[in-house]
Amino acid sequence: MDLFENMEDIYLAIVLAPLLGSVIAGLFGKLIGRSGAHWVAIAGVGVSFVLSLLAYYHLFYNGGEVYNAAVYTWLNSGDLHFEIGFLIDQLSVTMMVVVTFVSWIIHIYTIGYMVDDPGYQRFFSYISLFTFAMLMLVMSNNFLQLFFGWEAVGLVSYLLIGFWYKREPAIFANLKAFLVNRVGDFGFLLGVAAVFMHFHSMDYIEVFEQAPALASVTVNIWGDESWSLMSVICICLFIGAMGKSAQVPLHVWLPDSMEGPTPISALIHAATMVTAGIFMVSRMSPLFELSETALNFILIIGATTAFFMGLLALVQNDIKRVIAYSTLSQLGYMTVALGASAYAAAMFHLVTHAFFKALLFLAAGAVIIAMHHQQDMRKYGGLYRYMPITWITCLVGSIALIGFPGTSGFYSKDAIIEAVHLSTLPAAGYAYVAVLSGVFITALYSFRLFFMTFHGQEKMDKQTWEHLHECPRVVTIPLLILAIPSLIIGAWFAGPMLFGDHFAGAIHVAEGHAVLLELGSHYHGEWYQIAWQFFVHAISHPTVILLAFSGVFTAWLLYIKFPTVPEKFANNLSMIHRLLVNKYGFDDFYQKVFAGGAKGIGRLFWQMGDVKLIDGLMVNGSALSVRWFSGKIRQIQSGYLYHYAFAMIVGLLLFLAVFVHKLI
Amino acid sequence: MITLSNVLVLAALLFCISVAGIFLNRKNILIILMCIELMLLSVNMNFIAFSYFLGDINGQIFVFFILTVAAAESAIGLAILVVLFRNRNTINVDDLKSMEG
Amino acid sequence: MISKAEILILMPEIFILTLACLILIVDTFSQDPLRRVTYYLSQLTLVLTAVLVIGFSPEQTVYAFGNSFISDGMSVVLKTGVFVISFFAFLYSHEYLKEHGWLKGEYFVLGLFAILGMMILISAYSLLTVYLGLELLSLSLYAMIAMHRESTTASEAAMKFFVLGAIASGMLLYGMSMIYGVTGSLELGTIATNIESNGDNPLLVFGLVFIMVGIAFKLGAVPFHMWIPDVYQGSPTCVTLFIASAPKLAAFAMAMRLLVDGLQPLLNDWQGMLIILSILSMATGNIIAISQTNIKRMLAYSTIAHVGFLLLGLLSGTPSGYAGSMFYIITYALMSMGAFGMIILLGRKGFEADELAHFKGLSERSPWFAFIMLILMFSMAGVPPFLGFWGKWFVLKEVVDAGFVWLAATAVFFSIIGAYYYIRVIKFMYFDKADSMTAIKASKQMRFALSVNGLALLILGLMPGALLAICVSVLSIAA
Repeated sequence: MDLFENMEDIYLAIVLAPLLGSVIAGLFGKLIGRSGAHWVAIAGVGVSFVLSLLAYYHLFYNGGEVYNAAVYTWLNSGDLHFEIGFLIDQLSVTMMVVVTFVSWIIHIYTIGYMVDDPGYQRFFSYISLFTFAMLMLVMSNNFLQLFFGWEAVGLVSYLLIGFWYKREPAIFANLKAFLVNRVGDFGFLLGVAAVFMHFHSMDYIEVFEQAPALASVTVNIWGDESWSLMSVICICLFIGAMGKSAQVPLHVWLPDSMEGPTPISALIHAATMVTAGIFMVSRMSPLFELSETALNFILIIGATTAFFMGLLALVQNDIKRVIAYSTLSQLGYMTVALGASAYAAAMFHLVTHAFFKALLFLAAGAVIIAMHHQQDMRKYGGLYRYMPITWITCLVGSIALIGFPGTSGFYSKDAIIEAVHLSTLPAAGYAYVAVLSGVFITALYSFRLFFMTFHGQEKMDKQTWEHLHECPRVVTIPLLILAIPSLIIGAWFAGPMLFGDHFAGAIHVAEGHAVLLELGSHYHGEWYQIAWQFFVHAISHPTVILLAFSGVFTAWLLYIKFPTVPEKFANNLSMIHRLLVNKYGFDDFYQKVFAGGAKGIGRLFWQMGDVKLIDGLMVNGSALSVRWFSGKIRQIQSGYLYHYAFAMIVGLLLFLAVFVHKLI
Repeated sequence: MITLSNVLVLAALLFCISVAGIFLNRKNILIILMCIELMLLSVNMNFIAFSYFLGDINGQIFVFFILTVAAAESAIGLAILVVLFRNRNTINVDDLKSMEG
Repeated sequence: MISKAEILILMPEIFILTLACLILIVDTFSQDPLRRVTYYLSQLTLVLTAVLVIGFSPEQTVYAFGNSFISDGMSVVLKTGVFVISFFAFLYSHEYLKEHGWLKGEYFVLGLFAILGMMILISAYSLLTVYLGLELLSLSLYAMIAMHRESTTASEAAMKFFVLGAIASGMLLYGMSMIYGVTGSLELGTIATNIESNGDNPLLVFGLVFIMVGIAFKLGAVPFHMWIPDVYQGSPTCVTLFIASAPKLAAFAMAMRLLVDGLQPLLNDWQGMLIILSILSMATGNIIAISQTNIKRMLAYSTIAHVGFLLLGLLSGTPSGYAGSMFYIITYALMSMGAFGMIILLGRKGFEADELAHFKGLSERSPWFAFIMLILMFSMAGVPPFLGFWGKWFVLKEVVDAGFVWLAATAVFFSIIGAYYYIRVIKFMYFDKADSMTAIKASKQMRFALSVNGLALLILGLMPGALLAICVSVLSIAA
């Protein structure tokens, strides 16, 4: 077929189309007007999506080959080649389809969400630019381009998060987010530098080929301690991933990102920025497989994030923050899968999560539009009567998130839990407990959000209530579109992605770590057979499902049943009421011990751990101390001439003392 | 008999006095200008001594240049001083502190 | 006897001196309030001198006047850089002086004398010529700062600069006298060979320390940096612009001539000193810059931080390291000029746009110049693909190759901290509301030049190979 002859041009077009859209919408926004800007941007990303699908088709169904070449050489400096190159294999093409699809849907949704915003054109320009940066990161074939994409994504996200920043321009605002991300980037940069120092190449394939030979090399970082080179490299790279994918303790920038408009939260949280870390580790699987230390480290960080960030979601009242913490928790799941060497499961969860998390964010955005930018869930309630489409799509998103059997989240999350269960790493035990209890927490906070928003008493003020109606079609249609993959994509891909050869060649798993292979030995046949076997397995080993259901049930008791029912009984049937009080004593117990306990722990962690320790002490603390330090040492510059002269003389004496010891 | 080291020590002493004068003095900018002159003279002393003991004429030529440049430097320094005085009506070092930090 | 060939080597310097004197005379008779004749003649002089420098550029290194003057690849490149940068600087300054209403011909004449000083410094091959070039440059700068007689900050800045500069040159001279005493020569080449053959004398290092003070002062390395913030802030912006750009090239040349040409045998000692200076500069510059509210002062601290980076290349002690530093200083001069040009652009009569807050909402007032400033700030922060990234990259690479991995890591760490205050400017421009929506008033030339200036950073950043190749080739010949 002619179409596939020049794949290089197609790949270039995939990257450049959003950039072109961004440039046109950004620089000529006034000229082409609002509708011009959104058409240009949507067309750019749309082209990119269609071409990504084409590339996907080419690679999987058309017998196409993996593409790996430099398209532009920037500068050669010694061993180092600054090149822009693409590595299009199963892994990157999957990411490309997901990124462009979700981004495209979000572009469309933005038309409805940002309709009144004066910065309309600018916003479209930024989100297209963001898509471009993410594609550069994903399609890269070398570490340098990866790093540039990495930084570009961070930078544009900074622009986007700051889009609505109308606070007083404090000099030190944003320093927090900035510092946290720099810590991550610093680790990442060190990792990349270490790769270059020892491999003398920045090209993925070259590095991966050399990696096994360097597996037993050790390095001395300080003193006589010798460290495994691979562990150092992998942990450094993973610190980068922790920054981008918001893993504990580098997750604190994420609440800040909720300040941006909702489409951005959806874009950052679902398909792009935060998944960059997961993608990167999967991409580097040939390196990570060589270091058990790094894998254990990843498991611990991931499990901690998955469980404790879920707890934090329980105590948030801002609808977007609940979803944000939920993202953190789900990213923790993906990280755990990486640590257990189930890279395919991590990628699979990344894909399914991209759809249902985008759906949840956009649904939350729809609610926020309807509620006139009120984000406090305590002011919601009973919305299902007024917003049926949002209600049903949000329900779809929530059941997918909690892993209701049959939905896409079910397959991906189940695979992760089983994979961790099978992992033989020392940290796997802890991780297994964390992800398992995470299931209950996930169900609890998801349905807490769902019930508080759509059911129960209507608590909004009268004015809002009067204007309450479903959002326009430009908002609801993206929701419906996203609901479909949220439901079905898991069943379709569970077989090939997890156990099949979907990622063959792109992901490398060492022999002792092949948990998915082991898991896969229980599943056979076509995709629908595997999907069915998953289902059967879940019913026959019901722990996970029971945990999920009890979470939903608890949420129902707490937010639907409990607040209204006792009152009714007390008023009408005092006898039965008394009888039932005892029954509700069980509920009471349930609430206090089970859910209340979880909530209490959540609050405790939030206040003690997150707010005070990490946010307050570590992040704000270092931001403040840099500020304080800066303020202090600027006093050296006293303004007095004789102090200046004195500084010079001190410098002179210092040099004399250090270097002229022979004279005396 | 005056040895090389005698002259060098004298020059070093002059140099130290001038340096001390610059940052110990907290009153008058004119004194700073004088200290700078003293510093240059101590350097001249060095050059002449080396030139004499090395039997090399270059050092003395250098001294002539330093003297000339020092004259130009004083001229500019005093000019700036005049401008400063006209703006602020003071040549106190302590008052020279509108920029800091 | 002075031969004709020697005169020819000095032709550009003689030419610029003659014309500077001529322009001074012409200017006294000029009645034009806009000083067009003076301005255009000065620019013409720069162009012609540049042509002369390039035209008379020798194929190999040549020496003149008893080996006290050198003309080699490095001198040609750096002088050309000085002319290009001064050309832009004069253009911006003319705009500034016109707008603020104290246009005087002396500015350009003094500027030309300063440029002559830089040329001599760049081509100096004996301690005497280094000193003369340095003094000619410094004295012109003192006068330029104090030229705005009504400004109290300017006169204070001039006084501080003058006193500290005089101390620094006193110390430099003291060090020179020591070196002269030990080696018996003023000529840099002979000094190097004499040190080589006579082995080490503690007095040499003693002298080196004093010379290092002079160099560090001129570059603005901590702890000899104290003049920079006050002078940058206090001087009229056009003078700050001039001081912050071309003289940096001359200061780099001075370090190269003295340390590499003259005191190469003491490499181990001056390497250690440069490491200390470099770390202190990067730390102090980047950290103090964070708490600044005045953008001129912030850029001053940024200069100090950049000097720390520049020293990394020098201290690696290899020709490719020097080339990295040379690349760095040329790119820095371009960026710094653009940034101060931006301050001039935003200013108007009776108003200096020198507070960070004046950059608020620039993207609404002028999207184009906000974009140019964005390029400038990203480039200074070292964000690829802009030119500033490559400068950082090359010196870091050299310092790693020289075996100082920890130093490179420190440098990266501080430049990451430093990125914050550059990005803050961008935040101000793009995210904050402007206090006033006054339209930007500037001539076509100014707009054009500033756009060229900013875009050059992007274009050269996309194609850094040529400039680097030039730097590498001239320095590998020299070494």
